[in-house]
This record gives sequence, C-alpha cells and structure tokens, in this order.
Amino acid sequence: MYAQMVKTASNRVKTREEMSPEEQHFQDKIDNDVKIEPKDWMPEDYRRTLIRQIGQHAHSEVVGQLPEGNWITRAPTLERKAILLAKVQDEAGHGLYLYSAAETLGVSRDELIELLHEGKMKYSSIFNYPTLNWADIGAVGWLVDGAAIINQVALQRTSYGPYSRAMIRICKEESFHARQGYSAIMKMAFGTPEQKKMAQDAVNRLWFPALMMFGPSDKDSVHSEQSMAWKIKVKTNDELRQQFVDQTVPQIDYLGLERPDPTIKWNEERGHYDFAMPDWDEFFNVIKGNGPCNADRMENRRKAWEDGAWVREGLLEHARKKAARKVAAE
Amino acid sequence: MAEVDKDKLYQFLLRMGDNTLILGHRVSEWCGHSPVLEEDIALANTALDLIGQTQMWLGYAGEVQGEGKSADDLAFLRDAWDFRNVLLVELPNGDFGRTMMRQFLYDAWSSIMLGHLQKSTDERIAAIAAKASKEAAYHVERSSGTVVGLGDGTEESHNRMQAALDYLWPYVGEMFASDEIDLAMAAAGIAPDPANLRDEYDALVGRVLDEATLAIPAGNYVHKGGRDGRMHTEHLGHLLCEMQWLQRAYPGCEW
Amino acid sequence: MKNEWPLWEVFIRGQHGLAHRHVGSLHAPDAETAILNARDVYTRRNEGVSIWVVEAKHIAASSPSEKGPLFEPSESKIYRHPTFFDIPEEVGHM
Repeated sequence: MYAQMVKTASNRVKTREEMSPEEQHFQDKIDNDVKIEPKDWMPEDYRRTLIRQIGQHAHSEVVGQLPEGNWITRAPTLERKAILLAKVQDEAGHGLYLYSAAETLGVSRDELIELLHEGKMKYSSIFNYPTLNWADIGAVGWLVDGAAIINQVALQRTSYGPYSRAMIRICKEESFHARQGYSAIMKMAFGTPEQKKMAQDAVNRLWFPALMMFGPSDKDSVHSEQSMAWKIKVKTNDELRQQFVDQTVPQIDYLGLERPDPTIKWNEERGHYDFAMPDWDEFFNVIKGNGPCNADRMENRRKAWEDGAWVREGLLEHARKKAARKVAAE
Repeated sequence: MAEVDKDKLYQFLLRMGDNTLILGHRVSEWCGHSPVLEEDIALANTALDLIGQTQMWLGYAGEVQGEGKSADDLAFLRDAWDFRNVLLVELPNGDFGRTMMRQFLYDAWSSIMLGHLQKSTDERIAAIAAKASKEAAYHVERSSGTVVGLGDGTEESHNRMQAALDYLWPYVGEMFASDEIDLAMAAAGIAPDPANLRDEYDALVGRVLDEATLAIPAGNYVHKGGRDGRMHTEHLGHLLCEMQWLQRAYPGCEW
Repeated sequence: MKNEWPLWEVFIRGQHGLAHRHVGSLHAPDAETAILNARDVYTRRNEGVSIWVVEAKHIAASSPSEKGPLFEPSESKIYRHPTFFDIPEEVGHM
C-alpha cells in the first residue's frame, strides 16, 4: 500500500512467556483494542517499525502530489483545475498529518525528509508511474486512491493512537478523491471516441501498478505476522487486494471499458473475482529505483527542498530577531 | 446604475477576471514544489480562491458580452491579444521570493480595489467583490507577512527579496494607469478610477516594505500593455499553450 | 535538527459555544505564522471559528506512570455523572 513491505526487526513473533512484564501489559492493551499513546511504554521495535511505516506513508502522500500535479496547469476547465488542485493540496495535508503522527515517536519531519532524499526511506511504488493523458487524473483518483482507501479504512483501527487519528481524518477527506476521480473518468468514458481512448489507455496502464500497491503476498511473511500482532497492519495484502478487485471490476464494466486483465472472471465458488497478479519482477525493479519516474520524482523533491532552504532559514531568522526585539523592549 | 457602454463593461470584467485567471495559474504551478508543506497548502488555497474569483468575473463577462460564452470559453479559447491582465501577473514565478513579492504587490492592489468595488452601482460586481474581498484580505495578510519575514530574515533572504522587488517594481504602475474604459466605469459609479487608488496603495506597500527593510527602487519607468492587450510579455503565450492545450486539441468535448 | 521550524499544537473551536479541541500539529517559525498555517491546513473544509496554537514544547503532560493516581480517584466518584441518579420518569427531562 502507501507503506509497502515494512520490515520489523523480529524473525518471529514472541510467545507470551518470552515477553517482559511491561511487554505483556503492552500486548494486553493491544489485544483489548486500547490505543497506545506517545508517552506509553512500547517495545523499541514497535516504535521503529511505526516510524518506518508512517514515514513511508507520509512520503507517499508528498511524492504522490507530483504525478497529479503534472496536470494542474493543463486541466481542461476551471472547475476541473480547482478540483484537481484541491485534491493535490489534500495530499500535502495528509503528508503533514502523517509526519506529525511520526513526530510523536521521537523523530522530526526534517529528519524523515532527509532520509527520503538520501534514499534511505521509500515511498509507494505507484508514484513512480507517469500520468500521460488527462484520463489518468480520473484513473488515479478512482483506482489509486480507491486502493489506498481500502487500506486506510482498515488502518483507522490501528493500535497507535496518533496514527489512527490521522487515518480517521484522512479517510474523511479521501472519499472526495475517489469520487472526483470516477466522475472525471465517466466524462471521458462516455465522451468522444478520443476521450474514450484516453480512458481505456489510462485504465490499461494503471491497473497492474494499482494491484502492486498492496505489495506481494504476505501470507507467509513474519514481518506481517508481527505487524498484525501489533495491529499496525490489520489485514493481509491478499485480502485487501481481493477487496479492491471485487469493488473495482463492476466499476470498469459500468464505464463500458474493456477489462485491463482478460483473465478477470467471477468465481462463484469463492464469491470473488479471479484475476492475474501483476509482474512482481517489475514491482521489485520499481522499488529498487528503476521505475519509469523514480529518478525524476526524487530530483523534483530534492530540488524543492534545497531551493526552499533559504526561505525556511530566512523566516526562522526573522522569528528569532522579532523575539529578541520583544525581549529587549520589555 | 448609469448607462454604460456594454463593450467597456465587458473589457473591465475581462481585466478583473484575466488578472485572477493568470495569477491563479501561476500560483498553482507551485503545487508540490514549495519550500515546506505548510506553504504548499497555503499557496494552493490562494490559487483556489483566485480560480473561484475567475469563474465569477469571467462568467459575468460572458453574460455582458451576450454571445453565449461561458467563463471556460473565455479562459480557454481566446488568444493572447484578447487577454486583459496586467503584465505583473503573467511574469514567471522565479524563486519563491519573487512569487511572494509578486503576490504581495498584487494582493495590496486587489484588497484595495475590491474594497471599493463592494460599493459598485452594478449589483453583480458589488456581490462578487464582497465575496472576493474577504479572500483578498487574507491573501494580503499572508503575503505581507512573508515579505516582511524574508526581507528582514537572513542576508540571503533579504538580498533575494530586494532583487525580486527591483525586478517587479516597474510592473506595478500598470495597475494604476487609467484609460477611457476606467473613466467610463468611474463615471457610471461601477468602479473607482485606478489612478485614485495609488495613494492608499503606496501607504500600504510602503509600510510593509519598510518593515521588511526593503527599498523601493529608484526610477519610475512603467511597463504597460497588458490591460489594453497592446503588448503582452513573451511569457503569456507559453502559459496559454499549456493551459489551453486540451480544449484546443479536442474541441467541443465535455470534461 | 538544525534550523527546523518549531512544532506547534493546534486547537480549533469548531462552532460557536464549543470548547477548543486538539486537531493536530504543524511547523511554523513563529506564533503568528502558526495561526495562519493552521487556518490553511486545518480549516480547509470550514472546520473552525477560532484557532489556538501553542508550541509543542510548552505543553506539560501527565506521564503514564502517574496515570493511576491522577485518573483513578475520579473513576470512583460516579456521582459526578448524571446517569448515577435515578429520576422518576414522571418529572420529565432533567
């Protein structure tokens, strides 16, 4: 998802007997759905894993501004421009809420940003794919945000209080995103032949990258098992992916577009759609930095940060001068 | 409302709407690239307000023109010579300092202009101004704070802000250069004569720049040509290429 | 981290008559800017009529080890809660 393949330090989940008394107490709270708050005792690995997960989630929101921002200046009507701008602005807001949640764990936002820029932290693979035609904007809202919401709705129940509260706020705002996306792509799918072609092209290109967002199957992953025991992950990648496919296939059909995966088929026995997995070699390549846009995305983020340094320093220096003048006047 | 030439009123509305259209577009270019998340979000709010104002001004302009054109038609299907914005707003963003200086120089004018327009004899204009002036009051509070903070910040931020002011100042005068359209609007009580707003503007801008420890450059040359469409900068054409591309390449679509 | 803007906690009064409620945090160089940033970040959907900000480092918080003594005594004072009292239905809403 926005946080893919987050590793824990453990190679297996501890049994109750192996836990210290405070760890037992901690695990009891989680098992009873009592939220963990910043000043509560927590295992060091829980704290570190959360910083990685929330940090990666925050980075994804901020890097995620870029592919959609790519079309703000080319939006075809004033209303579409306003909707898209408000949407991309929300992503910045979501990044901000998540960095704030991470900051309660004893890491600062600037530290996290520098880790991203040094390549020591990741962001979601999906944002390394390009937006090539206007229908991509609809498809990103509908498919990418649609996939994200499935994960984020589950994460509202996550055990860490500040993360859970950020998710609740984000989910409230996200439903606007998926809906505006679908409304934009409806116009395209039901529009002129050229518009329909754009819509089909967008769905074909973004379908498998959207499935990748959930990450490879983790049913045998020890990291997932630990994260689920801590309730910082609530459902498996496969469960979430299936939920996404089941909800999205009828929406594709409604648009009258071809399904991007010809093997998609309703399975009566399972009560779910069968579908093809994305190319996981491609996924691992994107994670390693070889996606179509990795280099551009990072260059853009670094440039914004470096070009902005004089602004951040200038405003801070002014605040210091003002405070000093106030003290001198008293 | 006194009788007023429809075409002059239309031109006046284009001037208002093209200013917000072009500046809103420029500000939206920052989305995702600002120095810090809080500024990114704030700039997007400013751009959104300006796009909203554009819909109102150009929407009314289309009605006055009487050819059945919508705000979108006017924004996306006119060529550069038909645009009536001041040159100031079409200038490229430059660094963040230049963007904020341009914003402040515009906001100061806009907040004063909209204050007067609330008393317009044209009810539609008065209503648009009533809504927009609340937004403009916030914009000028925010942009003046940033200009002061960066002007009176580090040596580097001060120098960059002074350079921004030096570059932009020759474009300020166009906002106050009256012509026959302005005089017709003033005579009908629709809008103030922009020349009469200059003292109020100089007082506001002077106070802020003073606090920002920045000096208004010597020389009083004024670049003009946007408000009457006589001669825009080279930059406007590129902006329109980007903004109008989809509407031009796929005419007649619904989006 | 060098030159990082301070962290501010943001409290917003959602409607007239309600108390300010903690909504989140943000970074700003000073209090004035923190209020402007809070308006832009946390009231994008008309969520507020009044904003308080306080620099995060100035918030004194109870520590978890004190949680027992601070909060448990009030748990036993259930008479402070209106549902503690049985009021006959005939007397109407109270």
